[in-house]
Amino acid sequence: MSVTDDEILPAVIAALEEATQHKVPVTPATVLRQDLNLDSLAEMDLIMALEDRFDVSISINHLPEIDTVAELAAMIAKMKKG
Amino acid sequence: MALFDKFAPLLKHYADVNAAGHNPFKVNIEQVLSPTEAMVNGRETLLVGTNNYLGLTFEPECIEAAIDALRREGTGTTGSRVANGSYEQHRRLEEELADFFGRKSAMVFSTGHHANLGLLSTLAGPHDHLVIDADSHASIYDGCKLSSAQVTRFKHNNPADLDKRLGRLASLPGEKIVVLEGIYSMLGDRAPLKEMVAICKRHGAYVVVDEAHSLGVLGRHGRGLCEEAEVEDQVDFIVGTFSKSLGAVGGFIVSNHPEFDVLRVACRTYKFTASLPPSVMASVRAALGVMRKKPELRLRLKANSKLLYDGMVALGFQVGPEVSPVVAVHLPNLEMGVRFWNMLLESGVYVNLAPPQATPNGVTLLRCSVCAAHTKEQLVRILDVFQAIGTELGLLQAPARRVAAQ
Repeated sequence: MSVTDDEILPAVIAALEEATQHKVPVTPATVLRQDLNLDSLAEMDLIMALEDRFDVSISINHLPEIDTVAELAAMIAKMKKG
Repeated sequence: MALFDKFAPLLKHYADVNAAGHNPFKVNIEQVLSPTEAMVNGRETLLVGTNNYLGLTFEPECIEAAIDALRREGTGTTGSRVANGSYEQHRRLEEELADFFGRKSAMVFSTGHHANLGLLSTLAGPHDHLVIDADSHASIYDGCKLSSAQVTRFKHNNPADLDKRLGRLASLPGEKIVVLEGIYSMLGDRAPLKEMVAICKRHGAYVVVDEAHSLGVLGRHGRGLCEEAEVEDQVDFIVGTFSKSLGAVGGFIVSNHPEFDVLRVACRTYKFTASLPPSVMASVRAALGVMRKKPELRLRLKANSKLLYDGMVALGFQVGPEVSPVVAVHLPNLEMGVRFWNMLLESGVYVNLAPPQATPNGVTLLRCSVCAAHTKEQLVRILDVFQAIGTELGLLQAPARRVAAQ
C-alpha cells in the first residue's frame, strides 16, 4: 500500500490504538514503553505489524533509539525513502 | 529511582508465583538418582522436565571417560584456548563432531548459549541482516542484540512470511543470514525446514540451524532436523549443545565454509571464556559414540514421546501441534499453571512451568520433556497423575462422566 509522509503519523497512531485496544489515548508525544505499557515482545510484534502496514523493514536493534510515537513515525518515513 | 527499583515488577511476579507453595523457578534437587528420578523435598520424584532426551547422564561409558580425563588432564583448563592452548580433548571432540556431521570444521564453545551469541554477533556486520523466527530461543535474540546487524523477525514457522520479509530486504546492501531451529523448545514443533531453506537459497541468504533440541532426536543418524529434512548440504552453519541429548554442557558450531576457522580469533565468546574442562569433553565424546552405536535410544525416545503425547490428547489436554519429546500441556492461565505444577510436585512428578512471558502467544505451559530412559510404567504414572490433578482442578471431565458421555 502506498503511503505519503503525511499519512504515516496518523496511520502509526491508528495502528497503536488498535494494538492497545483503544485503552490509552495515543498522541505523537506518547512514549511507547512507558505510556502504552508494552513489554519487549509486544513492542516487537507491533513493529512486525507496522512493517507490513508500510511495507518496510525496521530492525529491532533500532528500537532502543525510539521513545515516542513521533520518532517511530519519523523512522518509518526515513525507511520508506530508503 | 534506586538501582534495584527497576526489578519491582519482576519481583512481584515471582512473589505471586511463590505464593502457591513451591517456587517453580527455584526447585532444589536434593539428589539425582538416575536420568529419570531425583529426591525433591524429601520425596522420590519422576523427572519429566530435564531435556535429558537420550538419558545419557548416567551412562557408564561417559562416566568412566570423564573420570579418566579428570585423572589424566585435571579439573579444568583455567582459561581460554587462545591464551592457555587447546587440549587433546578439544581437538578430538572437534574432529569427531565434524566427522559426525560430515563437515570440514567444528568449533566447541563453553555453552550452547555462547555458541549462538558468538556466531550471530561475529558473523553479522553492521550492514548485514539477521532474519530470525519470532519464537527464537533467548540465545538467538541475545546474539542479535550483541551484533551490530539489522535484525528482522518473521512469523513463527511461516515460510510465506519469511519469503515476504527476505523480499523486502532484497534491495538493501549486506548479507542476509536466516536463523532457524530444528525443534522449538516451548511447543516442541519443528520448522518446515525444506521449504524454508529453499526460500533462503532463492534469496541468496545464508542459513543457520540451531539443532539444540533435535540433535540425537531427529534424523536417521540423529543429526537433527537438517538430516531428516534432507537439507544438510544447503545449511551453512549448524549450532548445537552438549547439554541435552549428550548429557553434559557446552555448545558447538559445524560448517563447511572454507574460512570458518577465522571465527576462532574473531569470536569473543570463544576467545574470552575459559574453555570446557577435559572431563566434560571426554563424556561428550563418549556420549557421541553411544549415540552413534545405539540408534535404539532414539527409537525408544520416539515411542515414549508418542505414548506421552497421545496419552495427554486422549485425556483431553491441549498439547503442542505435533508429537515430539517436548510435550507442552496448555493451561488456561498462570494461576492455574502454578497450582497444577505444585500439585504435580507434591505427587512426585517434576515438569517445567513455562509462564506467559516465556512462551509463544503468552500461553501458560506445563512443559514435559521425554527421556529414552523413561519406562512405560513411569509414563503411565505421569499420565495418571496429570489426569487426577486435571480432574480435581476441573480442567478435565471426571472419568465417570466421560464414560457416561460415551
